[in-house]
Amino acid sequence: MHDMTHGTTDERTAIRLDRIRKSYPGQTRAAVEDLSLEIPEGRIVVFVGPSGCGKTTTMKLINRLIEPTSGRIHLDGTDVTEMPAHQLRRRIGYAIQQTGLFPHRTVADNIATVPKMLGWNKARVTARVDELLQLVGLEPGTFRARYPKQLSGGQQQRVGVARALGGDPQVLLMDEPFGAIDPLNREALQNEFLRIQSQVRKTIVFVTHDIDEAVRMGDRIALFSQGGRVAQYDTPENILAEPADGYVADFIGAGASVRRLSLLLLGELAVPDWPVIGQSADDAEVAAAAARCARDRLLVLDADRRPTSWVPLFGPDRERGEKLPVQGSMGPRDSLFDALDHMLSTNTSVVAVVDEEGRHRGALEMDSVRSLINTAGRREPSGPPQEV
Amino acid sequence: MSFFEFLAGNWTDVLEATLAHAVLVLEALGLAVLVGVPLAFLTYRTTAPRAAVLGAAGIFLTIPSYALFGLLIAPLGLGRGPSVLALTLYALLPVIRNTVVGLRELDPAVIESARAMGMGRLRMLATVELPLAWPVLLTGLRVAAQLLLGIAAIAAAVNGPGLGNLILDGLATAGTPFAIYLTIEGAAGIVVLAVVFDLLFAAVNRLTTPRGFGA
Ligand SMILES: Nc1ncnc2c1ncn2[C@@H]1O[C@H](COP(=O)(O)OP(=O)(O)O)[C@@H](O)[C@H]1O
Ligand SMILES: [Mg+2]
Repeated sequence: MHDMTHGTTDERTAIRLDRIRKSYPGQTRAAVEDLSLEIPEGRIVVFVGPSGCGKTTTMKLINRLIEPTSGRIHLDGTDVTEMPAHQLRRRIGYAIQQTGLFPHRTVADNIATVPKMLGWNKARVTARVDELLQLVGLEPGTFRARYPKQLSGGQQQRVGVARALGGDPQVLLMDEPFGAIDPLNREALQNEFLRIQSQVRKTIVFVTHDIDEAVRMGDRIALFSQGGRVAQYDTPENILAEPADGYVADFIGAGASVRRLSLLLLGELAVPDWPVIGQSADDAEVAAAAARCARDRLLVLDADRRPTSWVPLFGPDRERGEKLPVQGSMGPRDSLFDALDHMLSTNTSVVAVVDEEGRHRGALEMDSVRSLINTAGRREPSGPPQEV
Repeated sequence: MSFFEFLAGNWTDVLEATLAHAVLVLEALGLAVLVGVPLAFLTYRTTAPRAAVLGAAGIFLTIPSYALFGLLIAPLGLGRGPSVLALTLYALLPVIRNTVVGLRELDPAVIESARAMGMGRLRMLATVELPLAWPVLLTGLRVAAQLLLGIAAIAAAVNGPGLGNLILDGLATAGTPFAIYLTIEGAAGIVVLAVVFDLLFAAVNRLTTPRGFGA
């Protein structure tokens, strides 16, 4: 498998599927044929692929909601294929698209389900519920006593995630958790979930059929084809840059190069410099600076080296002698995609790039974006999840 | 003598018979729950056993009530025994069917989540399945109660308790001046009980259905 070619030595394996096979009664072809897969600790591994290829089945094999026909399942180096299923499941959080929240129980009682089964005392359970509500961005005082029906879809999904985290499990299984949420809220939930993961650092198996979601959420992507076969298992960057075969390339689709842009963060790239002048520069200084460069504009910085405006050197703007507003600059967490999007939506040919403190780093043009894409090339598997 | 003058003379008998009637129905209902709910729970996920249980319970309902009460005299003698058992058999179908429907209608995602959180079979039954199936189960009990209130009048034919005795006395003395009053008292008692039971079930339903449920 592709993964073996990368440096995985510093990673502990949390879940190991060993030659797993699952055939449903009456099926001519097994849903999962012969799958071996190692899932590293503390990372989000996304199972992605077309409908019916065995992602959900594979995920449910991990907490043995579905028992394998043959093969072994290891958790933290221990063979759990035969341990009592209810004990195994209390160590594995579970969140699904339909949420499966108990409609007759309050939000607090839903979240308390596993802690209570684990025999935690009342004070600890209450504290845990409030902590988790806070973590998923729901004010405990407002939401504790509500029933699931009294929540929006997005709020229900948050409660579902909180409930899955209830017993502080090592592993979290999520089956299309944001699939039923409208696109705008889905992106907010995805980002929020990444923020949560940066705090809790669980081993997460995340199932989706949406390659965009896979690229956004995954530290690793396992791209499935029919019969629970993994066509490629690698970082999103590598899968987009070098699809293993025609099947993978087809599934990624035509937008792969654009998707890759959203993985290239400005903070990790060498942004070209741009000629600058101080705010108090007079006409002579502007003229001198202009003479030294071949650009059509200069970037004006304030005393703290923060971009304030552009001074055009040619064209109609120049004649009016006006400065143009910066219209938002790009920070280290913005991607090449964001930079390009900004240029297109504000109809400008250049965008200022700043550091964490908002100070000048350089600027990007269409041309420099293109050359950055070419030089960025392949990258090693990404480091630990980024703090946001 | 008018009906009300007649009633003033024997109202304690009527009250006693009405209470006995209610107790008889509640006993049978309780037994039907004790037998029917476990049967429903054991079979609701299966195909053939579920069909067999529902079919058997359905057959009891098709036996004419006089015949069923009479058939039970042989093993159980006269009086309370055959009355309670016969009514229990009649109640089985509504109780079992509604429990099965209630359990089968549960959201599979909820059941799957409960399993995925590591709930055992009994814990799931007590804390998830029965509470969620409860409104449908309760409707079954309500239907069964209305059914039994009427049929319980036949108990008098096997020397059982209840308002049937008034009706039977009326029939036995048909043609005498006050026979019709006895029958009216018996029938009216059943109607009043039916209304009271319905109100009680509505109250129980309101009190035991969680807030987030219906809304
Ligand atoms: N309970 C089941 N009984 C029989 N076949 C099933 C069952 N669940 C899934 N399958 C079949 O197994 C295959 C994989 O299904 P699934 O794991 O749900 O795929 P995915 O999640 O990738 O859409 C499909 O062909 C599906 O029809
Ligand atoms: Mg699926």
